[in-house]
Amino acid sequence: MPLDIEKIKSDFPIFRNAHRNNKPLVYLDSAATAHKPQCVIDAESRFYSEDYGTVRRGIYFLSAMATEKYESVRKQIAEFIQAGSPAEIVYTRGATESINLVARCYGESQLKAGDEIILSEFEHHSNIVPWLMLRDRIGVKLVYVRSTRDWRFDMDDYADKLSERTKIVSITGMSNVLGTMPDLKAITALAHAKGAKVHIDGAQLVPHMGINVKFLDCDFLSFSSHKMLGPTGVGVLYMKRELGDIMSPWQGGGDMIEYVQFDGFTTNELPYKFEAGTPNMAGVIGFGKAIEYINSVGLINIMMHERETTEYVLRRMLETEGIQLYGPTTAENRGSVFSFNYKDLHSHDIGSMLDFNNIAIRAGHHCAQPLMGKLGVISTARASFYLYNSKEDVNILIDALQQSERFLKNAVR
Amino acid sequence: MQLDDLYREVIVDHYNHPRNYGKPEKWDILVEGKNPVCGDEIKIYISVKDDIVSDVHFEGKGCSISIASASVMTESLIGKNLDEAKLALSDFNQILRGEACERCEELSDTAAFQGVTKFPVRIKCALLPWKTIESAINGNGKS
Ligand SMILES: Cc1ncc(COP(=O)(O)O)c(C=O)c1O
Repeated sequence: MPLDIEKIKSDFPIFRNAHRNNKPLVYLDSAATAHKPQCVIDAESRFYSEDYGTVRRGIYFLSAMATEKYESVRKQIAEFIQAGSPAEIVYTRGATESINLVARCYGESQLKAGDEIILSEFEHHSNIVPWLMLRDRIGVKLVYVRSTRDWRFDMDDYADKLSERTKIVSITGMSNVLGTMPDLKAITALAHAKGAKVHIDGAQLVPHMGINVKFLDCDFLSFSSHKMLGPTGVGVLYMKRELGDIMSPWQGGGDMIEYVQFDGFTTNELPYKFEAGTPNMAGVIGFGKAIEYINSVGLINIMMHERETTEYVLRRMLETEGIQLYGPTTAENRGSVFSFNYKDLHSHDIGSMLDFNNIAIRAGHHCAQPLMGKLGVISTARASFYLYNSKEDVNILIDALQQSERFLKNAVR
Repeated sequence: MQLDDLYREVIVDHYNHPRNYGKPEKWDILVEGKNPVCGDEIKIYISVKDDIVSDVHFEGKGCSISIASASVMTESLIGKNLDEAKLALSDFNQILRGEACERCEELSDTAAFQGVTKFPVRIKCALLPWKTIESAINGNGKS
């Protein structure tokens, strides 16, 4: 069913409120963070004003209610990604914390010097640096899978680099720079055949395409609430139960323990083992509402809408003189995030000129400096789309780009 | 707010025709700066003779604002003695903080950067060359 974009936009108050220079907001930075529908904002606010209490600790009514809501979101998340049990869903502060948790708690307890970790060249800094830190601590080796000339994940190179030494394969489900979507099913199957565990950085993939961890059989999955219409400060780490059991704990504190004595402790069961301290309760409850909203629109409808958007953006960008698009030029296995440069303009100049038209794009290295090096640029402009973006937004972007030239015409470099 | 506030004619002109661009044949001090947020890079070659900044050249990759700012800076510093150069540096910082600055009226090309203060995310771009040269001018040393 085609999405009614006007209706969807009306669910997001930002589009009513963020007019500037008499121009409506054209928001093309959902890959950085997504806007929130009113129902999410209300759910958080209602929790504070009507249902607020601590979770898992109080024996009074409010605390019990809060705990029930908080835990019911865990069930919602498990269903959304098709996990076997809510016990496999760990709340974190975001994808970044999730990845750090895997690298630290699985990596440090299960890997040893000389073991190899395979990443791709598409990774976000948050799926590189935690592994570099692990390398510096215990001496593992990082191996990067090349991208093909058309900016896809190079399966042959991956198969070559995979070996008995490989212990973890950690790959993005969708590049936040190029939109590339590697074949996760094949990657996982190959890794498992060598006995390696697979972590998927789902920060970009999950909001737009969902995921089925049972089908993929991946071992870990990280993603963030704020990129999928939910509040900031909440993320998810999915882990297979048997792996969670053998990992060392993350932070120490309340809730992650079973018993504590002055000279020792035992850890709580999953998922609480990894959830020390009073969590972001309101954020989690808002996230539950966001998932509900996505389900009510229909993930499949969102996917079809974005597929259409992707095809349209590709067509417009490829036909517009002066736009240099980085990344796959066909819509197959590609997300709706587009890095580009225009003429000889610096991405910051593009960003400022579009900003003047109230068009929000990203400019810079997108937390992927190594990939920028591969692209041979220091930065790019990036436009990314979500369920609330229309074809008209694409047209406004391209028109504004073309007009922006007059400000820096004769740019020689 | 106008886009022209950011892209003043002076700035566009310096961007399109940067002065003192490129590596000179010789120099006394070389300083390098980077803006980690956007990856912009700049190299500044400085010659000092008898406490006078006798030459400043630069090369690098950057947006219009940082290139124009570097170009304006070279023109502003060449010929100044080190004390005057320090003053010019602090004047520019003042302009970019959006503060009034009596001396600045005369520094016409530098003053064009006043508009940048309305675009907070671009202030770093304008400051990059000036921050980079700071150690060389203030340190008064060779490196
Ligand atoms: C591919 C990818 N991985 C990880 C992250 C980190 O997510 P967060 O900043 O929400 O922790 C991002 C966010 O930009 C991302 O795009």
